[in-house]
Amino acid sequence: MERVAIIGASMTQFGQRDAWIRELLAQAGEACLDDAGVEGDDLDHLYVSNMASGEFEGMTGVPNALAHDLGAMPAYTQRVDQTSSSGGAGTYAAWQSVASGASDLTMLVGGEKMTHKTTAEATDVIASLTHPVEYKHGVTLPSFAGMTARHYLEKYDAPRESLAKVAVKNHENGLDNPHAQFRKEVDLETVLESPIIADPLRLYDFCPITDGSAALLLCPESVAAEYTDDYSVITGVAGATDTHVVHERDDPTTMGGVVESGREAYEMAGRDPEDIDVAELHDMFTILEFLQMEGLGFAEPGEAWTAVEAGETEKNGELPINTSGGLKSKGHPLGASGVAQIYEIHKQMTGNAGPRQVEADVGLACNVGGFGNCVTTTILEQA
Amino acid sequence: MSLNAHRCPNSHVTYPGHTRCPECGEKQVETVDLSDRTAEVVTWTKSTATPPGVREPNTLAIVEFELDDDSVRALGGATTDEIETGDTVEPVYVDEVRDPDAGIREPESQEWDGYRFEPV
Repeated sequence: MERVAIIGASMTQFGQRDAWIRELLAQAGEACLDDAGVEGDDLDHLYVSNMASGEFEGMTGVPNALAHDLGAMPAYTQRVDQTSSSGGAGTYAAWQSVASGASDLTMLVGGEKMTHKTTAEATDVIASLTHPVEYKHGVTLPSFAGMTARHYLEKYDAPRESLAKVAVKNHENGLDNPHAQFRKEVDLETVLESPIIADPLRLYDFCPITDGSAALLLCPESVAAEYTDDYSVITGVAGATDTHVVHERDDPTTMGGVVESGREAYEMAGRDPEDIDVAELHDMFTILEFLQMEGLGFAEPGEAWTAVEAGETEKNGELPINTSGGLKSKGHPLGASGVAQIYEIHKQMTGNAGPRQVEADVGLACNVGGFGNCVTTTILEQA
Repeated sequence: MSLNAHRCPNSHVTYPGHTRCPECGEKQVETVDLSDRTAEVVTWTKSTATPPGVREPNTLAIVEFELDDDSVRALGGATTDEIETGDTVEPVYVDEVRDPDAGIREPESQEWDGYRFEPV
C-alpha cells in the first residue's frame, strides 16, 4: 500500500462570513490548489466534508458544484457526512483513494455555512443526529456535554476550574491564529462567571457557531517531492463508532470511538501515545479535551485534569494540545473542523506554523462526531 | 402507556430497542415495562439554550433502572429543576414532551409522548 503525503493545505477565515457554502468551498479549494501549484483538472478525486448544507442552506450536491467551479471535471467527487467528524472522515476517504491507487491526486475540501441561522435553529440541525427517544426530550449536544461533565467531576473529584483552564489555554493559543473566529484572551474568572448553558458548563466551555472552510491535497509519498519540499506524511488513520444512543454507554466518561480509532491509528503508524509531540483535539466542549486525552492514552482515566492543571498541555508544555486555538477559539464550521485540525498538524510538521510552531516530529488529530458517536484519528509525521 | 425496554434471549436489556442486541447480536424478543419502576439519577443538566419546541430551561437526566438480571438506563426530562445525582425518581407520563411542529425533524417520523422523571 502506498504511503500518502499531504502536499498542500489551506484554510479560510473562520467566523461570521458573507459567503455561502459554494463560495466557502471554492475559496479553500482554490487556495489549496495554489499552495501546491496544481490546477483543478489535475485532480483525480475531489471529496467534500460537509454535514448539513441541505439543512442549513437548501443547497445539496456541493461536490459537483465545487468540481465545476474549480474546473476539476471529470474528477470523481463524493460528499462525506459524518456530522462533526466529517472532516476526519473525509481525510480517511481521501487517504484511502490515494493509498489504494485509485487516485494519484486527491483534494479534500471541508466547509460549513451556519451563522445565518439562530443559535436555536443551528443547535436543532446538529441535534437532529440524535435518536428519536433523545430528540423528543430536546436533548442537544451541549446538554450531553453538561451531563458528562457533571459525571466526570463527581466521579473523579476534579475541580470545576480545570475545565475552565482548557478554555483559557485554547483562547490564548488562538491569539496567534489569524484564521480564528475569536482572537481574544479570556481569564479564568470570565469563564467561570459566564452564563450557564448546560449546568455545570457555561458559555465559555463551548465552541461558537461558525462559517468557514479548509482543504488538503494528497498524493503518493513517492511523487510528493515533485510537487513540493514542504510535505507531511499520513502514517496512521482510522475511524470508529460508539453507540448512537449516548445513555447506553457503560461509562459516560469513556468515548469508545476515540479509544478504538486511536488504537488503530497508533498501530498503523507504529507509534505510542508517548511518541506524539503535538495534538489537535476536538474541543467542541471543554470536557471533550479531557475525554480525548484519556481515550488516546495521553493521561490515565480520571487524570487528564491534573495534566491540564500542571500546564502540560500548554504550548510550551510536554504535549501541546490545540496550538491552533482549537474549536474553542478558532470556531467550529462542522464539516471544516476536522480538515482544519489536519491543516494545523501539517503546518506543525512542515515547520510552517509561524508563531504557533512547536518542536514536533509526530502529530495527531482527533475529530469527534456526535457526542463521540463516530470518531477519526489521524497521525501525521515529518517527511 | 408504557416505557418499554427490550430484552434478548441472553438477558441483555436496552432502552430503546434495536434491530439486534448491541451486546450479543441476537434478536430482542421481549419487552420490559419500566414505567411502574423507580430509577436512580446517574447524572443531569439544566439546559438553558434549547432548540425550537423545547421548554426553557430543560432539565434532563440519565437514570438507571435496576432489573433482576441487568440494569438499563434511560434519558428524559425532569419534572423539577431541583434534582441531584443519586436521587430516586419515578417516570411520569407526558402526552407531548416537545412540540412536534417546531423543530427540524418530520413530525410524523417519530413519537412525541414520553416520560419525565420525578424525585420520590
